[in-house]
Amino acid sequence: MSQSTSGSNIDVASLVEDVNLGRIAQYVLVIIFIGFFLAPLETGIMTAFKTNEAVARSVPLAPPSADGFTWGNMQFALNQLSGAFFNSLFMAIPATIGSVLFGSMAAYGLTMVRWRGQMAMLVLFLIGIFLPYQAVLVPLARFWNNIFPLASMLAPTFAALPFLEAYHSNLVPLIITHIAYGIPICTILFRSYYQSLPSSLVEAAKIDGASISKIYRRVILPISKPMFGVVFIYQFTQIYNEFLFAFTLVTGSDTPEAPVTLILPAVGASTSGIDFGIRMSAAFLAAIPTLIIYVAFAEQFAKGLRTGGG
Amino acid sequence: MDTHETADATQTSSEDVEWETKLRYFLNSDFVRSSPYWGLPFVIMGIAVYGGMGYNVAISLTDARGLTPPDYSLSNLDLEMYSQVFGSDAFVQATQNNLVLLVTFTTICLFLGLILAVLIDQGIRFDDKVQTIYLLPMSLSFVVTAQMWLWMFNYDNGLLNLILTPLGIGPVDWIGNPAIALGAIIFALIWQFSGYTMVVYLAGLRSLPDDQFEAARVDGASTFKTYLRIIVPQLKESSVSAAVVLMVFALKAFTFLYALTGRYRPPNGTDILATLMVREAFKFGKWAYAATIATYLMILALGVIAPYLYYQYRQGSL
Repeated sequence: MSQSTSGSNIDVASLVEDVNLGRIAQYVLVIIFIGFFLAPLETGIMTAFKTNEAVARSVPLAPPSADGFTWGNMQFALNQLSGAFFNSLFMAIPATIGSVLFGSMAAYGLTMVRWRGQMAMLVLFLIGIFLPYQAVLVPLARFWNNIFPLASMLAPTFAALPFLEAYHSNLVPLIITHIAYGIPICTILFRSYYQSLPSSLVEAAKIDGASISKIYRRVILPISKPMFGVVFIYQFTQIYNEFLFAFTLVTGSDTPEAPVTLILPAVGASTSGIDFGIRMSAAFLAAIPTLIIYVAFAEQFAKGLRTGGG
Repeated sequence: MDTHETADATQTSSEDVEWETKLRYFLNSDFVRSSPYWGLPFVIMGIAVYGGMGYNVAISLTDARGLTPPDYSLSNLDLEMYSQVFGSDAFVQATQNNLVLLVTFTTICLFLGLILAVLIDQGIRFDDKVQTIYLLPMSLSFVVTAQMWLWMFNYDNGLLNLILTPLGIGPVDWIGNPAIALGAIIFALIWQFSGYTMVVYLAGLRSLPDDQFEAARVDGASTFKTYLRIIVPQLKESSVSAAVVLMVFALKAFTFLYALTGRYRPPNGTDILATLMVREAFKFGKWAYAATIATYLMILALGVIAPYLYYQYRQGSL
């Protein structure tokens, strides 16, 4: 615990000091676990660039040989997924923005301002995080299909819009659904941050005569910028990766409005089995948006996970 | 109101004034003035979560199926679907699988996450990079990781069989054999989730003061003993909150199982309540029957989170 943790400047003296049996065992374990977590990913990437023949002949972990290498799988997978990419982003971005904004507002009203019964209200939000979505799937399907067919109501408008087709209106119920079920987790993420702020901040603004909405706009919003980053990253990853709501509300993987997660389990499948070269290419293409965000903002992602839960 | 009619004029006006000040006081209270902030999100979330749950229970009391809309007339509402569900072998089997998944997945994830957290907390080099690698699976969709494990578990060419066959084990039909399929799936889920428990434990470890560790060392306790006796017991809160998240996930895990084969029916012998529910609803259109399973699943999840929330409330850490 007390040893130096900075890895950037390696000096020989501390390296030598580090060398003892316990340390070596530690590093061996660290490396074994790195292997454990990376093996499926590495295997997938290598397979994505192999020809059919090479996939059958070579060890999955090994890189493709010169004559076994191909871009063909990637090209094929990209063709299959390009429309779905647009659908996924068209769904995930507004859904993320909506749930993050509402979450910040709710957290402010439930943290920075004190009133009786606040705790009961908070518990109502908390239960929303843990709710098994199965418990609302049948109602969701009925609501958006039979009771309030928003998608078909919007279809003519969407057909008239640039860059959009009529079928994209099928994603609107999905966006609203994601906003509604994203509010609880976003609220709790913001709440944990607002609780860590000094109460003197709000008190001082109150003494200056600022109203509740002024405190939110002038004090809270500007200092919540880092937390907006955390919640946005966490929530975007969740919504982009989500499958069950898309599966329930979008009619099938063969429909043009299907997001990436819905299409992926069908790419490269045929009656003779799965073409793993194509399937792995598609899996990596599907993962790219969240992988980029994760590699760039791993600490923020971890922070969201720590406070919010899986 | 009667009191107003019988009271004399002066009393009425003073009561009116009192009522008015009360109203004004109420309208100026922080409850009302902050309500635009939490009110709208609450309405949206409340309709979706609580409205949805209530609607689901209502459907479970009917016998809606196929394209016929549910009939909510009182004579039609009964618990028939509940007795049907509990009488079915598929449901009993799925409940059993769910319990096995819940217990093994949660226990191993907690244990492995703790080991990873302690390892990283030991002041190894590049600890933030290592942490990022361990957490990487958590950033991927189950749909994506299921494809990778499908390849790992492949009978002819999967990495697992290529490693194990020369050692005299296998080749094993990991997800085709009902006896081991559930175990293989739990293994893959542990791969994905142990980074999460690591992050939770690491936060717990780093919030503990360093001097306890030093004190134990001065007393001559080994590192292992120090962790076992002093550090780990103090991580109780981390363990509880991570366990709740994992258990609730174990109940509703659907995506990974569906994505493995891209079909409603998960690999042999791995049916859980969530997959059974979705299949009954969206493949067979047995809406009321599926809603009943969903209600049961909701009660199970509440059984996990209600004690947790109560515990948190008692601790004052809500």
